[in-house]
Amino acid sequence: MDLILFLAFALIAVVAAINVVVQRHPISSAISLVGVMGSLAVLYLLLGAEFIAAAQVIVYAGAIMVLFVFVIMLLNAGGEARAGRSFVASLLGVPALVALLALLAFFTARLFPSDAEVHFGGFKGGTPEAIGRALFTTYLLPFEITSILVLIAIVGAVVLARKELE
Amino acid sequence: MQLWLIPILPLAGFLINGLFGRRFSKAAVNAFAIGSVVLSFLWVVKTLAGLGSLPYTYTEHYFTWIQSGSLTVNFDFSVDRLTAVMLLVVTGVGSLIHIYSIGYMAHEGGYYRFFAFLNLFMFFMLTLVLAANYLVMFIGWEGVGLCSYLLISFYFDKKFATDAGNKAFIVTRIGDFGFSLGMFLIFRQFGSLSFTRVFAQVPGADVGMLTLIGILLMVGACGKSAQIPLYVWLPDAMAGPTPVSALIHAATMVTAGVYMTARSWVIYTHAPIAMDVIAYIGIATAFVAATIGLAQNDIKKVFAYSTISQLGYMFVGVGCGAFSAGIYHLMTHAFFKALLFLGSGAVIHSLAGEQDMRFMGGLRTKIPWTFWVMLCASLAISGFPLTAGYFSKDAILLAASQRAPWIYWVGTFTAGLTAFYVFRAFFMTFFGEYRGKEHHPHESPPVMIAPLVVLAALSLIGGYLFKVPDFLRGVFPAAEVPESGSLMAIASSAGLIGIALAYVMYVLKPGIPDSIAASARGLYTLVYNKYFVDEIYDAVIVQPVVEGSRVALWKGADAGLIDGIVNGIGARCKGIGGLLRLPQSGNARSYATWVAFGGVLVICGVLAVFLLLPTGGVR
Amino acid sequence: MMGHIPLSWFLMLSAVLFTLGVAGFIFRRNIITMFMSIELILNGVNLSFITFAYQRHQVAGQLMVFFVMVVAAAEAAVGLAIILTVFKNRGTLNIDDLNSMKD
Repeated sequence: MDLILFLAFALIAVVAAINVVVQRHPISSAISLVGVMGSLAVLYLLLGAEFIAAAQVIVYAGAIMVLFVFVIMLLNAGGEARAGRSFVASLLGVPALVALLALLAFFTARLFPSDAEVHFGGFKGGTPEAIGRALFTTYLLPFEITSILVLIAIVGAVVLARKELE
Repeated sequence: MQLWLIPILPLAGFLINGLFGRRFSKAAVNAFAIGSVVLSFLWVVKTLAGLGSLPYTYTEHYFTWIQSGSLTVNFDFSVDRLTAVMLLVVTGVGSLIHIYSIGYMAHEGGYYRFFAFLNLFMFFMLTLVLAANYLVMFIGWEGVGLCSYLLISFYFDKKFATDAGNKAFIVTRIGDFGFSLGMFLIFRQFGSLSFTRVFAQVPGADVGMLTLIGILLMVGACGKSAQIPLYVWLPDAMAGPTPVSALIHAATMVTAGVYMTARSWVIYTHAPIAMDVIAYIGIATAFVAATIGLAQNDIKKVFAYSTISQLGYMFVGVGCGAFSAGIYHLMTHAFFKALLFLGSGAVIHSLAGEQDMRFMGGLRTKIPWTFWVMLCASLAISGFPLTAGYFSKDAILLAASQRAPWIYWVGTFTAGLTAFYVFRAFFMTFFGEYRGKEHHPHESPPVMIAPLVVLAALSLIGGYLFKVPDFLRGVFPAAEVPESGSLMAIASSAGLIGIALAYVMYVLKPGIPDSIAASARGLYTLVYNKYFVDEIYDAVIVQPVVEGSRVALWKGADAGLIDGIVNGIGARCKGIGGLLRLPQSGNARSYATWVAFGGVLVICGVLAVFLLLPTGGVR
Repeated sequence: MMGHIPLSWFLMLSAVLFTLGVAGFIFRRNIITMFMSIELILNGVNLSFITFAYQRHQVAGQLMVFFVMVVAAAEAAVGLAIILTVFKNRGTLNIDDLNSMKD
């Protein structure tokens, strides 16, 4: 059962990701990205991360992607032009990426014995209670700092996007 | 005894005239300059009177100059009988020349500068003479070289004068190098540079080393005293004012080499080969210079070659073991050579600058005082019996005959040549028809004539008056000099024959010289052009050095290598910078590609480490 | 057992998503699309964090994801504001035209 779930949503994730990269118009890419995030949320659930899965859907898919869609709508930029002007990107890009993927795959395969398996319910430590406990004891400092970070981001965004005063 | 006053007085004159002389009147400059030298002379007299008969060396120690490791050099002055002779000659003749210069330089520019340099020269020369060790003597040695350069180039707006100054300085520098090497060896061998310490250790020392030291010191003497092969600067030095030629290049500086050699007699008597070298160089120089003097037309050049020749005689004296004879000739030569130069200066002054003897003649009626003093000097230098030159020259020739008869015969022949060319100059100048352009040759002022008269008197009777060999008997080892009447007679008659020949050729039958020159054209050209020695030196030594410097050192090493390295570093940096800026395209996508590429490389690196690690590694 | 999924598959998926994100960043010229590729990268990394949290039975990995999400949110906000400004000034969303940092 878990295997089927994994395969299905992994497939959706990969296809959607490819779509993000391949589509001409940014709005199509944005919708595909939402799809990726949704399937990733399911995979998080499989891995026992309930809180994170919910956060993924609410924050990522629900806030960040909406922000993206709004900006695309505001800018009303059309599809991308054809011609490109980077020799380096075209020459080195593909080999680098292929190599990257191969290396990562190699590492993954070598690093993990094949008998480690995942099933739904194998890890019960991802409850909101567990996360909250860790967040407010061990990781309190990073928590506070990220709140400041968010504040800075808010201020920055407001300053950058407002109209120029005459 | 305050020996230090002797050189310090002229130094004070130099400082006052040098620093403030521009604003002084001529009288003030005269007062300081001549006054300081005359005072120095008087102080010398007083000191010598106070020291009595000087049976031993009197030394005054001033301060320890160098104290480094095993080298200790004190700044000391010492006086013995040899020093006494030198002091009297330098300050006495120096004073007379200073007085003469008042008249000679009266119409020249840079009056105060001339006297300042002259005083500076006196300071250095006196330091040289009073020195109690080689290094202090070397200070004086170098200093007189400097003053010679300054005074030869006195007319610094004339290129031939500055060239002559450069030549003098550079050629004597070569000699100084030899002197320095000699000093190094002396220190190495004897552990000291002080005369007393060194000479005490000489008797047991290694003869080979002594010979080497002697020859190196001789090189220095050759440079300073214009012997073969370093004499070429002296004729050119006549570009300086005539009092300079008289003082520096006749009476005092050029004799420094003789003095130094005489002072180092202990070394030379223990290194017979070095002494022979000195004698051979001396006689060769005497002969060659005399032959060149035969054909010169410039009156000062004649006397310049005469000086070189007479210096050769002094070295013959020293080289044959007759040190006191050499010093004796030094003194008498100072008298008559200074007189010859100053007299020719008076002639030139009367003729408003004419120096070529072909444009002189018949001056004996026009400038009688000059005529008579020049006659005295010419007789003295020719060794006319009973003049000062007669005694000193004979002493040298007799010592030479004892040593090696051939030197005696060459020396006698050269004496004949000397008499001939000196009287040639004398007759060409004072006899015959006046061939010059100046309409009214006038006698020189008394301030110039008076010193000439004093010098003339000294040239005639100085030999009697100052019996130097007897005076110096205790200083040097006794030289075996036979009182051979016949040898003396032969030497004197050579002189008389020279005078007679000159009289015949230049007064009685003036056409003879030209016919001889025409018939022996090759020989005449050779001699007239000083055997082309200057040209040979230029081609063999000077041009290769200049070319080598220009091509190898300047273009090759400096411009090519060093500039190349420095500029090359700049160019390489620029090149590398140019390469490094290529990735900075401003294109974010290429940056990202490089990041990805770099990331791949890092992962490969980590992978390699993991795989190669013997322990653990990848599970 | 039939229902169990090998752990390495999750990591493989994470690698694929990461590579796709990098590819999108390198090969696309629209700034917004490049931004979305960055989000894809971040998501790939999140997946591997969660996987490791599962493997080690620790919650720390999930907390990492928490922080990554916060930072991604802040970054998206500011970044999009910058894109808006750039569009206002330059009128283009083509990254190849924004090369005034060129040497």
